[in-house]
Amino acid sequence: MSTNTETAPLTNASLSRRGFFMKLGILFNGFAAILLAVPIVGFLFSSITRGRGNGYLSWVRLGEVGNFPEGETRMATFRNPLVMPTDGKTVDTVCWVRRIAGDQFQVFAINCAHLGCPVRWFPQSGLFMCPCHGGAYYRDGSRASGPPERGLFEYAYKVENGVLTIDAGQLPTPGDPVASLTSEKSPCA
Amino acid sequence: MRLIAKIGEWFDHRLQLAAPIREAAGHPVPRNTASWFYVFGSAALTVFILQLVTGILLALIYVPSAGEAWSSLQALNHQIALGWFIRAMHGWGSNFMVAIVLIHMVQVFLFGAHKFPRELTWIIGVFLLLMTLGMAFSGQVLRFDQDAYWGLGIGASIASRVPLLGPFIVKLMLGGPIIAGATLSRFFALHVFVIPGLLIAFVSLHVLMVLKLGINEWPMPGRIVRRATYEAEYHALTKKDGEPFVPYAIWKDMFFAAFIILAVAACAFYFGPFGPTGQPDPTIIQTAPKPDYFFLWLYALLSLLPPSLETPFLLICPPLVILGLILLPFLSGEGEKSWKRRPIAVITVLLIAITLGTFTRMAQFTPWSPHMNAWSGDPVPDRYIHGTTALERQGALVFQVKQCRNCHSLGDTGGQRGPALDSVAVRLTQDQLIRQVIQGGGNMPAYGNNLSPAETTALVAFLETLHPATQGPARDAALDQVLSNSQVKTSGTQP
Repeated sequence: MSTNTETAPLTNASLSRRGFFMKLGILFNGFAAILLAVPIVGFLFSSITRGRGNGYLSWVRLGEVGNFPEGETRMATFRNPLVMPTDGKTVDTVCWVRRIAGDQFQVFAINCAHLGCPVRWFPQSGLFMCPCHGGAYYRDGSRASGPPERGLFEYAYKVENGVLTIDAGQLPTPGDPVASLTSEKSPCA
Repeated sequence: MRLIAKIGEWFDHRLQLAAPIREAAGHPVPRNTASWFYVFGSAALTVFILQLVTGILLALIYVPSAGEAWSSLQALNHQIALGWFIRAMHGWGSNFMVAIVLIHMVQVFLFGAHKFPRELTWIIGVFLLLMTLGMAFSGQVLRFDQDAYWGLGIGASIASRVPLLGPFIVKLMLGGPIIAGATLSRFFALHVFVIPGLLIAFVSLHVLMVLKLGINEWPMPGRIVRRATYEAEYHALTKKDGEPFVPYAIWKDMFFAAFIILAVAACAFYFGPFGPTGQPDPTIIQTAPKPDYFFLWLYALLSLLPPSLETPFLLICPPLVILGLILLPFLSGEGEKSWKRRPIAVITVLLIAITLGTFTRMAQFTPWSPHMNAWSGDPVPDRYIHGTTALERQGALVFQVKQCRNCHSLGDTGGQRGPALDSVAVRLTQDQLIRQVIQGGGNMPAYGNNLSPAETTALVAFLETLHPATQGPARDAALDQVLSNSQVKTSGTQP
C-alpha cells in the first residue's frame, strides 16, 4: 500500500512528460512510415501506373505483306515491345493474320476471348477452335459457338511501305480487350 | 546424466520455456478425444512442415526466372541426384496438404468444433484453407511450363472480369502487360515468402487457440452448447474425465503423422514428380492447358456454366462462400454439436463433396474440349463405310476433312463436344440434317460458308447412313404425305 501511494504521484508526473514524448515518438514514426510508404506503394503498383503513363502498346512489325497470301489466315510471331532480361521465351507472342484482300487485314490475338487459351486455325472448316472449353470462331473472328461471349480480340494494324505492323504489347482479356479498343482510339489520343 | 540435466537447467534458467512446454504437453484433454478422428489437424501441420523442408531443398537448385525456371526443373529431374524425388515429394505433399486440410475442415464442422468458444479458431482455419489453395495455385505457376503459362492467362482472364478494377488487377497480378519474367518473379515471392510467412503466423495462432481453449470434446447427441454454461461444463469434463494430452492422445497423432509422411514418400517414389510439361513458349500453341487436381472442378464449371452466368458466378460466388464460412460459427454458434442431430450439416457436406467430386471427375475427361487431332487421326469405323455408295464415302471424307470429328464421335472416338453421331439419322431427317449443317445452332457453328452444295449433299448422304441396322432413318411424315400426293397427282395426269 505504502509503495503505491509513494509512486503514484511520481508516475503521474512522468506520464505527462514521458507520455508526451511517447506520443511524439508515435507521430514521428507515423511520419517516417508515410514517407516510406510512398516509394513502396509506387514500386508495388508500378506495373499499373506505367500502363497509364507511357502505355504498354506500340507498333510492332509482323512482316512484309507478301508473306500473307490473300484469302488465307497465317500465324505470325512478334517480339513484345516491353522486354525484360528475365523473360526467356515469353518475349515472343503469336497472332493470327487474315489477309482479306490487298491491304485489308484482320489480325487476331491468339488468346481465346473466354479464358485466354491459344486458339488454333482450321482452314478446311474455316474455324478457330479453342482446346480448353471448346470456344469456336468463324474466319472473320466472330463468335461461332461455345462459352466465349464475344469474337476474337483484334489488333489495330497498318500497312506502310509494304510492311504489316500491329499495335500490340498487352495481353487481351475479356475485361480489358485492349487489342480491339485501340482501333477505336481517336487520332489525337 | 547429471551433466545433461545441468546443461538443461542452465538453458532453462535463461529461456524459461520448460514450464510452459510441460504445461502444454500435460494439459488435460477429454478421454474420448484421443480418437483417430482427431488426427487430421496435426497431420496437416506435419505435411506443412514437410512442404517447408522440401521447398527449401528445391530452392537450392530452382531459378525463379522465366528464362531458366523450366531448365532448372529439368536439371532437378534428371541431373541432380534425387532431385526428382524431392520435386515429387513437394508435388505430392501439396496434393496431400489440400486433401488433409479439407478432411480436417469437414471433421471439425461435423463434430461441431466451430461452435462457441472456438469461432475464431474456425475463422483462422478458413484463412488457412485459402492460403493453402493460394500455395497450390502459385506452386503450379512456379512449375513454369506450358500449363503454368496458359494457366496464368486463364487467371488473368478471370481477374479481368472484376468491374472497373479488372484491368488493374491483371497488371498487378502479371507484373506488367503480359505474362513474362516479372510474372514468375512475383509468384515466386508469393509462394516462397508472403504466403508461407502468413501461414506460419496463422498456424501458430490456430494451434495456440486449440491449447488455450482446449480440444473440442467428442460431441454427444443431446449435449447442447450454451454460451453461458459451456466453458464451465468443459472445464468440469476435463477435470472429471481428462487425461494429459501427452502421452494419452498424442500417440495417435504421431502414428498418423508418420503414416502420412510415408504415404507422400510412397506416392513420390511410385508416381514421380509432376511435369514440367512443354516449355513455356507462347509460340507453341499445340497445347491443351489443364489446372492441377484441386482446381479441376473450377475448370469443369467454367465450361458447363451458361456463358451469360459465368462472370456473375465467378465474381459473386467465391466471396459469398468465403463470407458464409466466416459467418458460420456466428450463425450456428450454439446448439447441438453431434452430426447425428444435424442432418442439414451432413447433407450440405455430402452435396458439396459430391458436386466437387463430379466436376473433378468430368474434368479428367474434358468432354467439352474439341479433340484437335481427331479429324486427321481418328479412323472412320469400317462398318460405317462398308457397302456405301461413292457419294456417301465422299461424305465421310467431308466429315473428316471439315473437322466435324473434332467435336463429334463415331464409334466412341473423336470429340465429345457435340453429340455422338453413330445414330444421328434416327434423330434427324434429311432436311433437319441439312439445316443443322448449314445454319448450325445449339452450340454448333454454321458451316454454310465453308461447304459447297456438293459437299453438303455428300455429307448429309453419309450422315443419313448412320443408323442401327434394325432401325430406319427418321423420315418427315408430312413431307412423305405431300410427296406421295403429288406423285398420285402426277401419275394421275399421266396417261
